Amino acid sequence: MTLQECYAALGGDYDEAMGRLRSERLVQKFVLKFLNDGSYQLLCDSLAAGDREEAFRAAHTIKGVCANLAFNTLLDSSEALTEALRDGRPAQAGEEDLIARVKADYDRAYQAIQAFQGGVAG
Amino acid sequence: MTGKQTILIIDDSEMNRAILADMLGNEFDIIEAENGREGVAQLQKHGPEISLVLLDIVMPKMDGFGVLDLMNKYHWIEDIPVIMISAERGSSHIERAFELGITDFISRPFDALIVHRRVVNTILLYAKQKRLTAMVAEQIYEKEQRSSLMIDILSHIVEFRNGESGMHVRHVHTLTETLLKFLLRKTDKYRLTQTDISVISTASALHDIGKIAIPEEILNKPGRFTDEEFAIMKTHSMVGAEMLEALPFYQDEPLVKAAYQICRWHHERWDGRGYPDGLKEDEIPISAQIVALADVYDALTSERVYKPAFSHDQAVNMILNGECGTFNPLLMDCLRECADVILEELNSDSLDSRSRREMQNIARELHKHEELTASERTLELLEHERMKYSFFASLTKEIQFEYTVTPPSIVLSTWGAEKLGLPETLMDPYQDPQARALIQDSDLENLADMLHSTTPGSPVVTYDCKLPVEGEERWHRIIARASWSSEEPPRYTGCIGKALDIHSSRLHLENLERQASHDALTGLLNRDYAKMRIMERLADRPAGNYALAILDLDYFKSANDTYGHMFGDQVLKFLAERMRHGIRGGDIAARVGGDEFLIFLEYKADLESTIDGIYNRVNGGVYEDFTISVSMGVASTEMVEADYETLFRRADEALYVVKNSGKGHYSYYHREHAQMGGDKSAVSPIDGEDSAELI
Repeated sequence: MTLQECYAALGGDYDEAMGRLRSERLVQKFVLKFLNDGSYQLLCDSLAAGDREEAFRAAHTIKGVCANLAFNTLLDSSEALTEALRDGRPAQAGEEDLIARVKADYDRAYQAIQAFQGGVAG
Repeated sequence: MTGKQTILIIDDSEMNRAILADMLGNEFDIIEAENGREGVAQLQKHGPEISLVLLDIVMPKMDGFGVLDLMNKYHWIEDIPVIMISAERGSSHIERAFELGITDFISRPFDALIVHRRVVNTILLYAKQKRLTAMVAEQIYEKEQRSSLMIDILSHIVEFRNGESGMHVRHVHTLTETLLKFLLRKTDKYRLTQTDISVISTASALHDIGKIAIPEEILNKPGRFTDEEFAIMKTHSMVGAEMLEALPFYQDEPLVKAAYQICRWHHERWDGRGYPDGLKEDEIPISAQIVALADVYDALTSERVYKPAFSHDQAVNMILNGECGTFNPLLMDCLRECADVILEELNSDSLDSRSRREMQNIARELHKHEELTASERTLELLEHERMKYSFFASLTKEIQFEYTVTPPSIVLSTWGAEKLGLPETLMDPYQDPQARALIQDSDLENLADMLHSTTPGSPVVTYDCKLPVEGEERWHRIIARASWSSEEPPRYTGCIGKALDIHSSRLHLENLERQASHDALTGLLNRDYAKMRIMERLADRPAGNYALAILDLDYFKSANDTYGHMFGDQVLKFLAERMRHGIRGGDIAARVGGDEFLIFLEYKADLESTIDGIYNRVNGGVYEDFTISVSMGVASTEMVEADYETLFRRADEALYVVKNSGKGHYSYYHREHAQMGGDKSAVSPIDGEDSAELI
């Protein structure tokens, strides 16, 4: 699997990422780093614990990273969740759906990158 | 740490930090902080080593705005640029961040090239700004040094005439500044700014300029003033104010305005019992109130002809007890509070520390008025300096000059140039015949030597010489201050100074000296002075041959008796005149007393013919009806010991012999005289018959 194929699999824009980071080496490096980023785990933990403030920050961080790496599918869903959690506002109807979407998009991205990593390693 | 500049990245996402670090790590040292609190800790730890902060907004523990708040509180934001990077898009966020002093805002997702470019630009810009700030500070420092010099010279000019220490103006300056600072801390009632403090302190130096118009006898009178004298003395405040008001220019200058208030009202008192206008309470401008207090304090702690110096504590107590008039209660509080500071400031009141203080004040001001560029501010200060200088130069009727080595030139004050008949500016004065004619070559050399031998620490010299003023050679005292450059070792760059006309006082001295050394009737030297001169001669060249003759006018008593004392005086003058012409240059002629005279001379070989010549020129003939007959006794160092007393005694003995052997001739001392006359003297008792009444 190439990096481009990985991007296509996770719903990102490879060209956009290349345009910003200017080198395939960097894009690849940070894409792989995404696997170790703790923000997603933090988001899940703080949502489970009812810490909406921490959940907001975690979602916000995911959004920022996705923006830089042009993971646009996850960017859209994490951005929507970030806004839902902003300023400690109480849960609105449909928030569960937003969370489910972020989880689904994250899993998709995670699997795509893992598959890519397997290819690189192999 | 390497030679690279350091960037602090504050972002909670490790991923984000890594992306930024990766983009910038080649050119910069990177410090990372994972939340606001840690970022502040890093700022505290590294301080100005950090050239730039990249700051995220949304972070745990302390967010980006919290970091900016603290950076403002500790003034770090003034020295360290911050670029904010955030995925936040709300314009209110961006606006707030700019209000808190960030330099740039980059929104996520960012472009690596743009981040890099903006980071580099920001760092370059700040480095340039820091260099410029340093340059401006340096310029201000230089100008402040010149300003201190002006105040220093001014202190001397005003106080030279007052016979004061030269420290008064300087102390008043320091006290005024200190009191103002305390007052500013205490109340904003008077709406004082840093600029006001600086202007008022500088203007305080002028508080006594009106004293220029007070006659010197009153100014320096050691005892108590009479009512009339006190009334004249009191005019100095109004006179000073009028002088400033009469200035054709600069009426709108804050310095001139402040100086006017200070001059006119620095003797007013809070209860309305001061002068000249009897203003009370805050009718008196705060500037004048403060200078009045500073003036009183320094007068108390200084020694004066009529009083000893009081200690700092005594002075403060006397003022607080109202012994020197009533002052603003607020200022009394200030005085109480800053008493210790005053003591410290005055003790450390070197030019140096004051310049530095002034510079800090100005730098602080400058910081506030960013719209005022460095060059405008510098020009303004220079113009101000020029105004002060030309103002004082035009007030004093003095010959003032400024000499610079490169280019070689002399600039004279307008009044001085007119008096000396020279242009105000002379280029290359050493080569200029007009300038060379002004001062004798030897005087010029001496003066130049003295100036060159000064040090930057003690640069002032005084030299007396004659200068042709309006065609007349008059004695002047030149007071000059050498300028040394600040390099190491210091280089002589010229001098400034003035020439005071001391001709009349010098003539007066010479006259007194003459009165002390000469006989009033005949104009010959008197006995004491002649003795001194003779002893000097003998001591100078003990190997020489000297002779001393004592002359006595014969039958002088009968001249007095017959024609009266007036006639007798004429005869003595006539004889003195003959002696003056009869002796050779270098001989000494003096009146011993009554009708007795002495002549002292040095001879090479032929004493006889010299003495004979002198005797014949003095003796003989008549004055009106009175026959001039002179008896004379002579002793020489070949016959007796070469000291004045011996010569005088032996010549006197020889004269005694002549008097007793028919008068009208002269004789040398020889041993037989001693046997014949014993130690009889011709001067006084024996001869007293015709001279006693004239002594």
